[in-house]
Amino acid sequence: MNFEFSDDQRQLRDHARRFLDDNASARVARNILDNADLSYDEELWRSIAELGWTGAIIPEEFGGAGMIREDLCVIAEELGRSLAPTPFASSVYLATEALLLAGSEDQKADYLPRLAGGEIIGCLAMAEGIGIPGPSTITATYRDGLVSGVKKPVLDGDVADFAVVLAKAADAGDESLSLVLVDLNGAGLQRKKVETVDPTRSHGEIAFDGAPGQLLGGAGQGWALAEKIIDHAAIYIAFEQVGGAQASLDMAVDYAQNRFAFGRAIGSFQAIKHKLVDMYVDVELARANAYYGAWAISNDAPDLSVAAAAARVAASEAFNHASRENIQTHGGMGFTWEFDCHLYYRRAKLLSLTLGSERRWTDRLVTTLEQRNVA
Amino acid sequence: MDFEDTQEEAEFRAEASTWLKANGVPKQSDQTLAVRRGDPSIVPLAKEWQRKKYDGGFAGIALPKEYGGRGGTRLQQVIFSQEESKFAVPPNIFSISHGMAVPTLLTYATEAQKQQYVQATLKGDEIWCQLFSEPGAGSDLAGLRTRSERDGDDWVINGQKIWTSGAHYADRAILVTRSDPTAVKHKGLTYFFLDMKTPGIDVRPIRQISGYSGFNEVFLTDVRIPDSQRLGEVGEGWQVAITTLMNERVASGDRPPPNFEEIFALAQQLDTEDGPAIEDKAVRDRLAKWYVQTRGLELIRMRSMTAMSRGERPGPENSIGKLVASFKRQEIALFGMDLMDMGGVMQDPSSTPMSALFQNAYLESPGSRIAAGTDETLRNILAERVLNLPRDVRVDKDIPFNEMRAGTVRSGD
Repeated sequence: MNFEFSDDQRQLRDHARRFLDDNASARVARNILDNADLSYDEELWRSIAELGWTGAIIPEEFGGAGMIREDLCVIAEELGRSLAPTPFASSVYLATEALLLAGSEDQKADYLPRLAGGEIIGCLAMAEGIGIPGPSTITATYRDGLVSGVKKPVLDGDVADFAVVLAKAADAGDESLSLVLVDLNGAGLQRKKVETVDPTRSHGEIAFDGAPGQLLGGAGQGWALAEKIIDHAAIYIAFEQVGGAQASLDMAVDYAQNRFAFGRAIGSFQAIKHKLVDMYVDVELARANAYYGAWAISNDAPDLSVAAAAARVAASEAFNHASRENIQTHGGMGFTWEFDCHLYYRRAKLLSLTLGSERRWTDRLVTTLEQRNVA
Repeated sequence: MDFEDTQEEAEFRAEASTWLKANGVPKQSDQTLAVRRGDPSIVPLAKEWQRKKYDGGFAGIALPKEYGGRGGTRLQQVIFSQEESKFAVPPNIFSISHGMAVPTLLTYATEAQKQQYVQATLKGDEIWCQLFSEPGAGSDLAGLRTRSERDGDDWVINGQKIWTSGAHYADRAILVTRSDPTAVKHKGLTYFFLDMKTPGIDVRPIRQISGYSGFNEVFLTDVRIPDSQRLGEVGEGWQVAITTLMNERVASGDRPPPNFEEIFALAQQLDTEDGPAIEDKAVRDRLAKWYVQTRGLELIRMRSMTAMSRGERPGPENSIGKLVASFKRQEIALFGMDLMDMGGVMQDPSSTPMSALFQNAYLESPGSRIAAGTDETLRNILAERVLNLPRDVRVDKDIPFNEMRAGTVRSGD
């Protein structure tokens, strides 16, 4: 039994934290928030690529760092803590994982080295407006090598160089879903930025109208592959959520220790103390579930889907709770533009929706538990 | 990270498991508690099982060999408990004896006393109880007023204790008293141990809302204790009590069922008007939340095991376990009964799922949120010791105890 990150991983975490403290302060996120023209911090993105984080889980033969997935979890927690405004989640957790899990050798050789170097940005195009995207609701099509249909919101879809598109593949002889790789700098599509609650993670709308694409994985395998990719991404995002939740809790505790009212620190009032403890308990439960997820994803554990869903359910709850009550603890200043509380509040809800809503994941968790018990 | 046992841990687990298979009865999955902690009829069974463990080398696993322990590690103690929980063993009525009295004796008693008392309880011969709480001193334990007055070589004790688990079958007790009411609250306390058969002790069981009686009121009238049975200096009883209480949270651990497993099984068994309860989205939502809490606590325990394997002591963060688990148990009990709809009112074991497990837990769970640290006390501990929030303003700090209000005081009294 060893339920801790290794010394090397702790070093990686300390290094990541120092780097992000220096290069991804809240000011960097605010710059994106305050400038509607900007989608992410390009300089920060280049530095992150130079550190090798973009290629963290890409094998060395494809130009990556060849780390294990647990290491990427360590980085993800720090990225979540710092609010770093980059397309890391789309490009690394989703697009890179899609190629690693479903790509042919040629596709890997084509995309992975450029993803590793941060030269290209990938994204996953799944949602089609309000409601749950799934086999019965997705209308985008893939016919004769061409993708058509409108995808929105697509995380980093406004800036990505390619997309992994979930579309109905008539070529497969039926209407089941397939994954399709589409060059977003090519012909047959138009895109624009979408206004969201958290502009520090930008989103786009992509209107495909006969855009050339190639299958990623087998025809008709799209939904099963998407679930697998999303299981992996759910664990990385859970670490971002834990990082963000811890940062929110730290802010609230610091404020409660140093804000005085009625002649005493507000943190000495039990109404505040108990609120902060409830946040802390949620963060610790989420951290424990996320850690197991990190182990499960690195060891391809048989209960990976249960671990991913549990990590996501716990982390969404923890971050939403902590970011909301952080504002409450700050009182009037908490809901000003000037204080940073809202940056976490925005990010919390965005992350808890980005791979599907909380209610969808609680349902999925119980489904995976039912399947595990039958097996 | 590694969720498997190390080779040493695996070897110990195998040894424990082999011994348990040879000496215990494996638990059936649908089995519920036939006997309860407070029921005195379990005492002979529990003593017998403790004796077996002692003879097998599994009593006081983390305690020193010279006092009858195994001289092993706390982690081995946890591993043994995990394996033991798979067997139908009597409720552990020795948790206060071994988890609280023994560590206190080992810190403060004389060598001869350690030799005499520690081994006796590890062998299962003697059960200890803890005479701490009083009608006017619960969460605020230092508000206790049971008096101890020096008389020659003895101390004379007068007062009342309450919430004493197992006092009705205990052989010995640890006791905190007020020796100097004119000193400030935390300074005037003195700590003793005594034989429960000492003249002047009157034990009266308290009937709980569940109908069972696990706790007692204990009246002490002119009870004489020799000064040799004092632990720690006169007036330093609070320090000694802290040693005892630091061990309480570690000793409390798992909550009894129903837990996630039972409510999940119940939701699979029962139907609603629209089909199996487990297919109801509202039910699934609750199940998912309870799963991540249950699993989260299990994993947090594994993290403490990792810390223990490095020789670190479990810290105040362990209060999370009791805080989350006892509230969750109450919620699960309520929801399980709700799933049974009109039939949920029945507590007759023969006509109610899982022998009325949920109904019993409904009536027992309010007590678990209070005993051994209320939810509110645990939140204060976590806030002050883990989050480093400032302590509450104290109005009782520099006042002599006999000039301070404590317990229930109404204006006009």
